[in-house]
Amino acid sequence: MDRLPENAVEAAGLVKRFGATRALDGLDLIVPASGVYGLLGPNGAGKTTTVRLLATLVRPDSGTARVLGHDVVTDAAAVRREIALTGQFASVDTDLTGRENLVLQARLLGRSRREAHERAEELLAAFDLEDAADRLAQTYSGGMQRRLDLAVGLVRTPRLLFLDEPTTGLDPRSRRHVWDVVRELVGRGSTVLLTTQYLDEADRLADRVGVVAKGRVIATGTPDELKRSLGADVAEIRLAGVADAVTAARALAGLADPSAPPLSPVVQDDGTALLSVPLIAPLRRILDVVDDAGVMIVGLDLRHATLDEAFLALTDEEALV
Amino acid sequence: MTTAVADTRVFARRTLLKLRHTPEQAADAILIPFLFTVLFTYLFGGALAGSPRAYVQYLLPGTLVMAILLMTVYGGLTLNTDMSRGVVDRFRSLPIWQAAHVVGTLLGDVGRYLVAASLVVLLGLAIGWRPDGGLPGVVAGVGLAVVFAYALSWVWASLGLLARTPQAVSMLSFLIQFPLTFVSNAFVEPETMPGWLQAWVDVNPVSLLVTAERALFAGTADVVDVAWVLVASAGLLAVFAPLTLHLYRRRSA
Repeated sequence: MDRLPENAVEAAGLVKRFGATRALDGLDLIVPASGVYGLLGPNGAGKTTTVRLLATLVRPDSGTARVLGHDVVTDAAAVRREIALTGQFASVDTDLTGRENLVLQARLLGRSRREAHERAEELLAAFDLEDAADRLAQTYSGGMQRRLDLAVGLVRTPRLLFLDEPTTGLDPRSRRHVWDVVRELVGRGSTVLLTTQYLDEADRLADRVGVVAKGRVIATGTPDELKRSLGADVAEIRLAGVADAVTAARALAGLADPSAPPLSPVVQDDGTALLSVPLIAPLRRILDVVDDAGVMIVGLDLRHATLDEAFLALTDEEALV
Repeated sequence: MTTAVADTRVFARRTLLKLRHTPEQAADAILIPFLFTVLFTYLFGGALAGSPRAYVQYLLPGTLVMAILLMTVYGGLTLNTDMSRGVVDRFRSLPIWQAAHVVGTLLGDVGRYLVAASLVVLLGLAIGWRPDGGLPGVVAGVGLAVVFAYALSWVWASLGLLARTPQAVSMLSFLIQFPLTFVSNAFVEPETMPGWLQAWVDVNPVSLLVTAERALFAGTADVVDVAWVLVASAGLLAVFAPLTLHLYRRRSA
C-alpha cells in the first residue's frame, strides 16, 4: 500500500449545475483520513451530489477534488480502486438473489469464483442474510435490501466508504446495525464519509461534521465544537408548575433579544415545568430575574445546545444572507 | 485487456442469471418461435405452397430470423432499467472496464437467441422441415443469425440509453422491427409485391439474412450470401457500438 495521504478528501471550489439549479456552489471540503465524517444538511443541500462527484460518478463544472490523493477527474480509475459506494436508494440488483449480488461484485473486483463464493458466504452471515441468501432481492424488506447493499459495498474493505443516507427509512434495530458496521470498519483503519439528515446520527457516529446548505459547506468541526460555537449553552430551569413557568418566561423575555423566539415551558410528567433558557446573559443574572419575579426554582441543569439547535441556528443564519 | 474480458463475462453471466430468474421473459423466447413456426406453417402452408410440409421448407428460415430478432430488444430494456436504478452507480464506481456493462449485457442475450433458435429448429424438424445442408448447415445458419442479432441489439441499446422508460424502448423498437421483419422475404417471395415494396424488401438487411439462411440450410450458400449479412452486421456495429458507449459515458455525468 502506498503512503497514506493525510486527508481522505480534499475538495476546493466545487461547482455543479444541473440545468438552472446549482447543486454545488463553491463547496470546500477536507475529510481527514480515518474516522467518520458526517455531511449534514437538509434535502437538496447538495450532499448527494458531493458524494456522487467524489465517487467519480459526475464531473464538476469547476473546482478540484482529490480522493485519497487522486484527482477525481483525471485519475478516476485510481479513485475507484480504493472506494466503495452505497447509495441513498439501495443499489442492489433486485432481479438477482442476495448471494448472486455479492458474488457478482466480488468477481468484478477480481476474485476467483471460489473466493467470491467464500466472501459472499461470510458477508451473508455477517449481515444476517443467510436465510434469504437464495431469494431474489426484490422479495427483501427495505431493511434487508439496505443490509445487502452495505454488504455489497464491503466485499472488499475500501479505504474510503461513501454512505449516502444509509439509515433513511430504516427501523431502529437496522439503524443500529448499520452504525455497528461503520464503527467496525473505522476500527480497521478505513474512512467513512456519511451523509445524513439525522442530527442524532451525526452526533453519535461522526468524529467530524460538515454542515451543508445550498451547495456549500457552511460550518465544520466536531459535533461538540459545532454545538458550542453555534448554540449558546442552555440553562434548564425547573419550576413547580406551569403558572410559575409562564411568570418566569415573561420576566426573562426582557433579557433576551427581541427577535429571539419566546420561551415556552415544557410540562413534565411530575407536574413541574421546564424552561430551556439560552445563556445569553450570565447565569446569575437569569436566576436573579426569576427570583425577582417571585417564582421558586426547584431544579437547575446546565447543558450544551443540541446539534439540532445548532443546526437550526446555522441554517437560519444562512437563510438571512 | 484480460480484465476487460473477465468483466464482460461477469456481466454476460448476470444477463443469463436474470433470464433464469424471470421465466416470463423466457416464456417469450419459447412462445414466439412456437407461434410463428407452427401457426404460420399450418395457417398459410396450404394456400401458399400447396401443403404445410412444402411451405415449412421455405418458411422456417424466416421464422428463425424473426424469433431471434424479436429477442434483441431485451439488452436495451435491461440497460434502460439499470440506468434508472442505483445499481448503475455501483458499477460505475468500480475499478472495471466501464464498457463491460454494455458489452456483457448484450453478449449474455446470445443465450436467449440460442434458446429461441433451438426451439424453432426442433419444432421445424417435428413438423416436417428437412434441411439439405444437414447439421453443419443448421449450425452455420443459427450462428449467422446470432451474429446479426448481436449487431442489431446495439441499436436497442442506444435506444435504451436515450429513452426514459422501458415502455418507450419496447414501443419504438417494435415500430422499427415491424417493417424490418414483416416487410421482408421471410414469409413470401417478393415477386407478387408492388415495385416500391419490392425495392425495400430487396435492400432490407433482414431479407439478406433470410436469403443467406435459406442457402445455408439448403447447403447451397456461397460467400456472397454470407458476406452481405456480415457487412450489414459490421455496419450496424460501426455506428451503434460507439454511439451506445458514448451515451453510456455521457449519461448523468
